[in-house]
Amino acid sequence: MKRTPLYAVHQRLGGKLIEFGGWEMPVQYTSITDEHLTVREAAGLFDISHMGEVLISGPGAEAFLNQILTNDLRKLLAGQGQYTLMCNERGGVIDDLYAYRLTADEYLLMINASRIEADVAWLEAQLAAFPRRSEVKLQNASDATGALAVQGPRVVEFITHCFPGASTGGTIVARVTDLKKNQIAPFAWAGNALWISRTGYTGEDGFEVVAPGQRIEAIWNQLLAAGQPHGLKPAGLGARDTLRTEVCYPLYGHELDENTTPIEAGLGFFVALDKGEFVGRSVLAEQKAKGPVKKLVAFKMTDRSAPPRPHYAIWSAGPGAAKIGEVTSGTQSPSLGIGIGMGYVPPAFAHANTPVEIEIRGQRAPAVLVPKPIYRKPD
Amino acid sequence: MANVPSDLKYAKTHEWVRVSGNVATVGITDYAQHELTDVVFVELPEVGRRIKAGDPCAVVESVKTANDIYSPVSGEITEVNQAVVANPALVNSEPYAGGWFYKIRLSNPAELNALLAPEQYQAQIGGA
Repeated sequence: MKRTPLYAVHQRLGGKLIEFGGWEMPVQYTSITDEHLTVREAAGLFDISHMGEVLISGPGAEAFLNQILTNDLRKLLAGQGQYTLMCNERGGVIDDLYAYRLTADEYLLMINASRIEADVAWLEAQLAAFPRRSEVKLQNASDATGALAVQGPRVVEFITHCFPGASTGGTIVARVTDLKKNQIAPFAWAGNALWISRTGYTGEDGFEVVAPGQRIEAIWNQLLAAGQPHGLKPAGLGARDTLRTEVCYPLYGHELDENTTPIEAGLGFFVALDKGEFVGRSVLAEQKAKGPVKKLVAFKMTDRSAPPRPHYAIWSAGPGAAKIGEVTSGTQSPSLGIGIGMGYVPPAFAHANTPVEIEIRGQRAPAVLVPKPIYRKPD
Repeated sequence: MANVPSDLKYAKTHEWVRVSGNVATVGITDYAQHELTDVVFVELPEVGRRIKAGDPCAVVESVKTANDIYSPVSGEITEVNQAVVANPALVNSEPYAGGWFYKIRLSNPAELNALLAPEQYQAQIGGA
C-alpha cells in the first residue's frame, strides 16, 4: 500500500488505518459520527494527498483538454476551476475531476486516487493522437504533490492565520478568504508556493491546499494548531464518505464507472454538448435527447433500520413489487439520524416521493425517493 | 488498552458472558466496540428463541460494517435490551453495562468451561 506524507501524523493522532484505492489512509481518528458533525458545525482537516495532480500546459492545452473533458474549459478565467468528467467513446465515465485554469496556458487536474493510473494512461493515449501534441506538455505530478482539505463553517476564522497576505497570481485576492467558490490562487507559505482553492467534497464552505509533498506535514501541523481553538479536528475517509453522501456528491466506483454516463448520473449540467466535439459527445447528446435507461436517485429510509449499503437491492413498493435497482452509496446519516443513500433505477420510478424498499440483509425496509441533496444546511 | 473485566467469561469472537445462577447476560467486549467504532444499529433475537452455542443470533452495524454476533452459549432467550435498540451508541459507551444484548437461560451450563477466562481473552487481543 502507498502512504501519503502524513502517514506518521495519522499514526501519531491515533488514526485507524485502512486500505483505500491502494493507499493506507485513516478511516477515522475518534469516531466517524463525531468527525462528520464537527465538519458540519466547526471544521475538519482531511489528508487528500492520495489524490492525483496532473499538470497540462502549452498553447494547445485548452483545445486538447476541451475535447476530452465534458465541461467547457473556455468558461474559465485564470484562477478558476470547474467540476468536469472525462468520458470514453461510449460516454462512460473514466473519472470525475476538477479542472483548474491556473494561468492562461496552464491547467491542473485534480483526479481520484483510485483512477490515477487509468487517467494518466488515457490522457497520454489521447495526447499521442492529438494533432497539436507538440504544443502540449503533460506532467503527472501526483507522486511529488500532496493536498489537504479544510472544511466547515468555522474555517474562515483561522485559515488566514496560516496563509496571511495576498495571492501571488491566479485570482488576485488580498486574502485567501476572499477567494470565491471554485477560485484558485497561488499563495506564498514559508518560502514555498502552494495553490489554494475554495472547493471541497463535504457540502460545507472550505478550502483545498495543494503543495509539494515534503511541505504537507508542516502545513497540516500549522492548520491544526491554528484551528483547534476554533473547533478544528482531523477527519478521516469515513466522515468524508458520510458527508459527501448526505449532499449526493458522486464517488467514482459507486455512482460513476466506465459503463455509466454523466447523463445517467444526473450530471448533465457539467456536459457542454454545444461546445464542439469531445470524446463521448454523440452518445451523450443522444441520451440527453432520448432519455437514459437508468437514473441516479437519492433515498431516505422512512423508519429506523439497519443502514442501507452499496449493492443492496432497491425494490418498488406495493403490489407487484419487483427489484428495480441497486444502492450505489448508503449509510446512516450522522446529520439526519436516518439511513440514506443513492442508487440507479429505471426513469419511470425516478421521481421524488416515490416509495421504495431497500433490501437489507434479506428483509425489505421502507424508504422514499427524495430530491438531491438529501441534506441541506438550515438557513 | 481494552477493558477486560475479571468477573466475565469470553468467546474468541469477542462476546462476553456474565453468569448469575442459570441465566447468562451476553454482550460484546470493549475491544470489539472499539474495532467497530460508531454502532448505529443493533438487531436482537426474539424473546423465547432457542439457540445453540455458535449460532449467529444478533447483528451489530457500524457506519462501515455489519457484523454477526455468535451466541457463546446455548439456551432460551429470556430478555433483550431494548435500550440498545433505541440507542445503539450504548454499545460503544457501556459495552459491559448499558450496552448488553440479551439474557439467556442456559440449557448446557458445562459450555461455560469452554469459554475463555479474562487472562486468556486478554492474551488473544494482545496489548490492544
